[in-house]
Amino acid sequence: MSILVYIDIANGKIKKATHEVISYGADLAAVTGHTLIGVAIGNCQDSLEELGSYGLKEIVHLGKEMERNAPSEADALAITALAIERKVKTLLFAHTLSGKLLAPLTATKLKAGIVSGVISQPELGNGFCVKRAVFSGKAFAKIAIKTDVRVLTINPNSYPVKQVAGVATVSTAALTTPPSRIRTIKAENTAGALSLTEAGIVVSAGRGLKGPENWGMVEELAGQLNAALACSRPVADAHWRPHHEHVGQTGVAIAPNLYVAIGISGAIQHLAGVNRSKVIVVINKDPEAPFFKAADYGIVGDAFEVVPKFTAALKKVKAS
Amino acid sequence: MKILVCISKTPDTTAKIAFTDNNTKFDNNGVQWIVNPWDEWFALVRAIELKEADPSTVLHLLTVGEADADPIIRKALALGGDEAIRINAAPTESQFVAHQIAAIVKAGNYDLVLTGKETIDHNGSTVGGLIAGETELPFISLATKLDCQGSKLTITREIEGGQEICEVELPVVVSAQKGMAEARIPNMRGIMAARTKPLKVIEPTASSPYTETIQFELPAPKSGVKLVAPDQVEELVRLLHEEAKVI
Ligand SMILES: Cc1cc2nc3c(=O)[nH]c(=O)nc-3n(C[C@H](O)[C@H](O)[C@H](O)COP(=O)(O)OP(=O)(O)OC[C@H]3O[C@@H](n4cnc5c(N)ncnc54)[C@H](O)[C@@H]3O)c2cc1C
Ligand SMILES: Nc1ncnc2c1ncn2[C@@H]1O[C@H](COP(=O)(O)O)[C@@H](O)[C@H]1O
Repeated sequence: MSILVYIDIANGKIKKATHEVISYGADLAAVTGHTLIGVAIGNCQDSLEELGSYGLKEIVHLGKEMERNAPSEADALAITALAIERKVKTLLFAHTLSGKLLAPLTATKLKAGIVSGVISQPELGNGFCVKRAVFSGKAFAKIAIKTDVRVLTINPNSYPVKQVAGVATVSTAALTTPPSRIRTIKAENTAGALSLTEAGIVVSAGRGLKGPENWGMVEELAGQLNAALACSRPVADAHWRPHHEHVGQTGVAIAPNLYVAIGISGAIQHLAGVNRSKVIVVINKDPEAPFFKAADYGIVGDAFEVVPKFTAALKKVKAS
Repeated sequence: MKILVCISKTPDTTAKIAFTDNNTKFDNNGVQWIVNPWDEWFALVRAIELKEADPSTVLHLLTVGEADADPIIRKALALGGDEAIRINAAPTESQFVAHQIAAIVKAGNYDLVLTGKETIDHNGSTVGGLIAGETELPFISLATKLDCQGSKLTITREIEGGQEICEVELPVVVSAQKGMAEARIPNMRGIMAARTKPLKVIEPTASSPYTETIQFELPAPKSGVKLVAPDQVEELVRLLHEEAKVI
């Protein structure tokens, strides 16, 4: 019996969230005694062998000559076939755009129970019971999966990555499933290399910044922190920033290690998308801003003064 | 064209989240219910726009829920659509919901099934894909733009690190997100019309549960903010490095 991890490759690169999923799979394999297998599909510039350093010993690489931007329904069929062949009991995906496409399609094919956005190892005492965030991060639910085969998607930034010694053995095979019925006409990159959901640090700004022309200092701070950029909803609605940076209940939900909120009031709908961040820093000139109640560290002050100082202080630390 | 929009009932975005019965049930007390924003703002409005462009389009709204979902599906009907269907069952898990919807999709020969990106209470992002899986229709996830020429759809969808424009022949299942349409506010005429539009109640088909929610939990409260003076930003950097260990 085995556990199958989907290796998420976008634009030829292994997504960081995959490392967390492998660590999750390795820990689960250690408890259940199941074999851990990885499946990668399409061209990959990164070394798959090196994924051994997260505890993955065996990888099946399908269609390695195929250039592609995103997974398709053909992958779901290939994963299903492999899962049946290898007697897979647990399939693991990252709860990313790819996982959101592939996990439900695979679950139906395998008649497997699916739980998405999982944040911890299962309790195995009485069946198979996992925890996930619900109500936009305002609560958690414990869910028991009753089927023999199960599909989980693991929330990015919620499972610690563990490094071990080792390299993975990679075997290759052709992708023999029928091609997707969906034809890609054009693909384009819009975001930076690090996606918002995967970023360990996120720097976010709101209406307090007055206008798009003031984002330079936010970008500089993000640059120093190697952070992804985010914004509040009115900022995206006013087209000061692109829509994909909008975080919150009706935007992207994130859970970075550090979230820096600049000139954002902390409305309940904004908090709903960021409240699972491990550490929250709030910079706001209004001491009554609701965001301070959800923050770990705060500076009551004018962003236009504080943010450049923050960047300078980080530069100084780096230089020393 | 025949369109089905999947509508889910969720607590208002400002609702207080609490549980009863030893944290096994959501506390309905004082909670306002709304149409799930992703379903209303993007999936439904885009479907209405397609119908406005081609009045021969048949537009049905569907919810899986008990009788307390009626006011919500009527709210959605006030924006547009010809009729609503309610599958009379509590939406206990995504696979059950998808199974019910898939049965309607197959029996009704819909060309386009639209769901929202996710529900703001369950946050599963799974129902759309599960419907596609069961009906064996192509699934396009997280679409930001959708255009239709005859039986061909051109869709822009979000992929890792960017976006993709793709084409597909109907019938298909699409999950909709921001960008797809601009949210609308229902007008008086729509609200009046919604009262008399048909709302068909259908009993669920049997299915055994795949999962079961055992218990809820609230997050531990934050211990309180540590304030740093605006002229001491170096101190914040030190705290983040040495105390919080996040940089
Ligand atoms: C159904 C629904 C869904 C929603 N979903 C979302 C969502 O997903 N995400 C989201 O973000 N919002 C969402 N909202 C909107 C939300 O309610 C708030 O309106 C929004 O988050 C406010 O954005 P903001 O904090 O940038 O702006 P404001 O509320 O205007 O706050 C600006 C803040 O900047 C501070 N400020 C001003 N000048 C300075 C300065 N010089 N230096 C430092 N601080 C300064 C002010 O004190 C204030 O606190 C939703 C609303 C609804 C009704
Ligand atoms: N009870 C329901 N009735 C009808 N549609 C639903 C229901 N629950 C979820 N959906 C649809 O499926 C989408 C994704 O839901 P979820 O997988 O729960 O995040 C929603 O945006 C709705 O369009």
